[in-house]
Amino acid sequence: MTDQAVHAAEEAGGEVGRARLRKEDARLITGQTNWTDNISVTGLLHLAFLRSPMAHARIERVDVSPALERPGVVAAFTGRDLADALGPLPCAWPVTEDMVLPDHPPLAVDEVRHAGDPVAVVVARDRYAAADALEAIEVDYEPLPPVLDLEAALAEDAPLVHADKGTNRAYDWPLKAGEDFAAVRERADVVLERRYVQQRLIPNAMEPRAVVVTPLAASGEYTVYSATQIPHILRIMLSVVCGVPEQKLRVVAPDVGGGFGSKLQVYGEEAVALAVARRLGRPVKWTESRSEGYLATHHGRGMIQDVRIAATREGRLLGLKVDLLADMGAYLMLVTPGIPILGAFMYPAIYKMDSYEFACTGVFTTRTPTDAYRGAGRPEATFAIERIMDELAAELGLDPVEVRRRNWIRHEEFPYTSIAGLTYDSGNYEAATDKALALFGYDALRAEQRERNERGDAVRLGIGVSTYTEMCGLAPSRVLRDLRYSAGGWEAASIRMLPTGKVEVVTGTSPHGQGHVTCWSQIAADVLGVPFEDVEVVHGDTLVAPQGMDTYGSRSLVVGGAAVHRAAEKVVDRARKVAAHLLEASEDDLEFKGGVFSVKGSPEARRTIQEVAFETFTSHDVPDGMEPTLNAGHVLDPENFSYPHGTHLCAVEVDTETGQTRIRSYVCVDDVGRVINPMIVEGQVHGGLAQGIAQALFEEAVYDAEGNLVSGTMADYLVPSAADLPEFTTDRTETPATSNPLGAKGVGEAGTIASTPAVVNAIVDALRPFGVTDVRMPCTPERVWEAVRAAGSGRPAQKEAAQ
Amino acid sequence: MIPPAFDYVRPDTLEEAVRVLAEAGEEAKVLAGGQSLLPLLRLRLAFPELVVDVGRIPGLRGVREDGDTLVIGALTTHHDVVHDPLVRRYAGLLAQATETVADPAVRHRGTLGGSLAHADPAGDLPAVALALDAELVAVGPGGRRSVPAGEFFADYLQTALAPDELLVEVRVPEREGWGFRYEKFHRVSQSWAMVGVAALVRRADGRIAEARIGLTNMGPTPLRATAAEQALAGAADPGAVARAAGSAAEGTRPSRDASASPEYRAHLARVLTERAVLAAAGTG
Repeated sequence: MTDQAVHAAEEAGGEVGRARLRKEDARLITGQTNWTDNISVTGLLHLAFLRSPMAHARIERVDVSPALERPGVVAAFTGRDLADALGPLPCAWPVTEDMVLPDHPPLAVDEVRHAGDPVAVVVARDRYAAADALEAIEVDYEPLPPVLDLEAALAEDAPLVHADKGTNRAYDWPLKAGEDFAAVRERADVVLERRYVQQRLIPNAMEPRAVVVTPLAASGEYTVYSATQIPHILRIMLSVVCGVPEQKLRVVAPDVGGGFGSKLQVYGEEAVALAVARRLGRPVKWTESRSEGYLATHHGRGMIQDVRIAATREGRLLGLKVDLLADMGAYLMLVTPGIPILGAFMYPAIYKMDSYEFACTGVFTTRTPTDAYRGAGRPEATFAIERIMDELAAELGLDPVEVRRRNWIRHEEFPYTSIAGLTYDSGNYEAATDKALALFGYDALRAEQRERNERGDAVRLGIGVSTYTEMCGLAPSRVLRDLRYSAGGWEAASIRMLPTGKVEVVTGTSPHGQGHVTCWSQIAADVLGVPFEDVEVVHGDTLVAPQGMDTYGSRSLVVGGAAVHRAAEKVVDRARKVAAHLLEASEDDLEFKGGVFSVKGSPEARRTIQEVAFETFTSHDVPDGMEPTLNAGHVLDPENFSYPHGTHLCAVEVDTETGQTRIRSYVCVDDVGRVINPMIVEGQVHGGLAQGIAQALFEEAVYDAEGNLVSGTMADYLVPSAADLPEFTTDRTETPATSNPLGAKGVGEAGTIASTPAVVNAIVDALRPFGVTDVRMPCTPERVWEAVRAAGSGRPAQKEAAQ
Repeated sequence: MIPPAFDYVRPDTLEEAVRVLAEAGEEAKVLAGGQSLLPLLRLRLAFPELVVDVGRIPGLRGVREDGDTLVIGALTTHHDVVHDPLVRRYAGLLAQATETVADPAVRHRGTLGGSLAHADPAGDLPAVALALDAELVAVGPGGRRSVPAGEFFADYLQTALAPDELLVEVRVPEREGWGFRYEKFHRVSQSWAMVGVAALVRRADGRIAEARIGLTNMGPTPLRATAAEQALAGAADPGAVARAAGSAAEGTRPSRDASASPEYRAHLARVLTERAVLAAAGTG
């Protein structure tokens, strides 16, 4: 955010572009809001789940009766007890016609398939009693072999996660565009082949999951409060899973403390809570603990990527071939199979090429299911292509920036249809890169790198480049149809002009930290010409915001914010009719500026939009035949995705004696289109960078050979804090998106997508003089040290078992 | 994160605390700052029947001098240790190492005595106590006794304290003119040390006259790098220090976990010992 940008926006008098403080923060940071776990109602009962201690086992016997003897326990149920009240958990994305979709009971019935799979639930008067009573439940498990290695799982005689399905192969999903890869390979000077491993990550929303269900037994109505990103989708799905008619179900997402995709899910605990509340006629609550969440909340990433590129000796890309093994985990959850498919379209990134072949195989394992995690398929794709572009540069002795420049889409070529079939509407990769290089001091750092290498310094400098694009604004409904997704990608907004001239915006997005209330206020205030403070935003409750597709995939602003803009325009159109009537003028003779309608040429003849709102409320004098309301709604189905892009540059110092990596500087220039609130954009970029850097350096869900999660607490799963991260130098270029009225592109995932390859490229760049060509993520000090040692001794780096 | 049920008492005097501990025997756990015990309870890794909260017992907090010995109350928080002028003057190594413990929130509640009595070999302060030659004073039904740090740490999370004994103070010989350095190697700032090296160096005539080195997380207990200490005596240049540091891992038994192998820990111990000693020789 530059000062000039702030001033320009303020001088223009517009709200859009102003670094407004977030309206929602006062109540969030003072604790005056209601999180799901704060909700307390009379007679509330508490749930605790008994979870499998084994990765894979047949359940021979479950006896919950001893738990009923424990103090405070009201009821206890096994999966079989609730089987008639609960259908299977849904998967909304059958990516192929013949995808293998295993049964997924919310409480396991016959078999447990990952450590943490729930087998029984205790209902007690307080949380302590519920937790204590779990110890009394008796379960006999007959151990079955764990399935952990993605390649071994596909072998003929591999033990099966779902024996009834006869295979661990969930699906094969191919994409092929342009020439055959084999053909371009023939004429290539260089062919590179690399394997990259996307380690499993555990999303760490600050607020753990929680659910409260309050029944109204007399009328069969239920209110589900859940720390979810998707109240609207959850309502539909819980209705199906539990058999409660949709109109009898209200879902509320109170203030929600982060999700990163992990709350884009229909969880068994939500369904069980509803089923138990229904059976007992009593309100119930469940809140997960952090270590419980590590087992039971879905994970992210978990892929093996075999990547091949063919290029000329001048560094021009001819083709790209990607073979992906994607770890589904034990079950296909809401969008599990679709995550790698979202990535499929992003491997070609910003580059032109003649051939692209992609194939993904989804593989069942006896681990926690994977699903969306910040970026969802796109970080993995970006990592692979940006890593191998650096390898191409090294192979050809070219600067990594130069190799990218020789292949990227030039700004005058937009709109450009990528080889994967996406139409990139706008962008300027040259501008973002030039700006980033200048801010970074690229040439000076390269000089220092050379100097350290020549001196043989134990601490080497490495420079990593990542020029990314991504697809945001999920999604055009017809594209989703073609991808076999079960729903549309529209978003709804409506605007209520209140009699006193104040405004309520009702949105179908479901913010959980993003700042929608502030940004939607800015958008509506500008279109309606009302003060920012006069706008309130209502969200996250299917009763008060009944229509919506919720928040994920950097869609909220681009689709939902644009819907707010369109709805506000409709309000102005209606108000114009009333104003023209009141001013006895033709609508065509009216000007509307700053919330005031005035007759061209006679500025004294004016009505404010607030006056018009009141006149419409009384309806004493509105145009004949006009519906007496200014309120309007809009449901927007996007015509295209939006494509943020940018250039990230990372300088690391790698201590070759200890293997420790320190990020010395990090520069990013992002183009997220038109910016509504630069401070919120800055916050999204910082958080995204932190999560992307965390994948590169710190985080990994580690399983042992039996399939136990070893990194089961925050003491072992290392989420970095501010103290572990560098100062970020952030800047922007602004090439507006052409596919939505705001010109916005989305910013929720950009930092995460771009930063991981920038960091790893920098580490490898630092170690290239030693002969190192890759370090597996997370690049722990030991792995870096081992890579240097192995390269120095002329032996290959110690092979680690593929996950 | 729900602890199992336990009884709780908060004695007002040392005598009462010792009496309660004696009655409860092995079933009791002492609660000081709670920064180690509470996570163990919440993860259900510890199941004491009784938690004895010693936090309100007077006289166990603060730093004073007793002749040429520094006396630090067991309940002195990490934060207070870091900022205490006597500690900074006479036991700078302790202040420096304590400043690396976890994060500010933990340092405001966690205590020196609690950290030593917990005896986690990955904790920073046990190795520092070894290097400083601290004496740990315990009170039990039989009265007071003093245990040298070298005899205090018995095994992983095990000390010389009897179940009915309470650690009340840490006595550190005052050292002036010694250089010091705590080299902590960890992956994120809030995590435990993968390896730590606490070095104290006394120089004379341009050489290292004496070095004392404590190792964090190189075995089930904190250890002294005795071979390196002996080799360092008389070292006059960085090359000699490097050679001596090469024996820093001798006699250690580092563990394997998700973040490091024993071989790597041994390597780190050598590198960090060299660095710590060179830095300590510069700060003397």
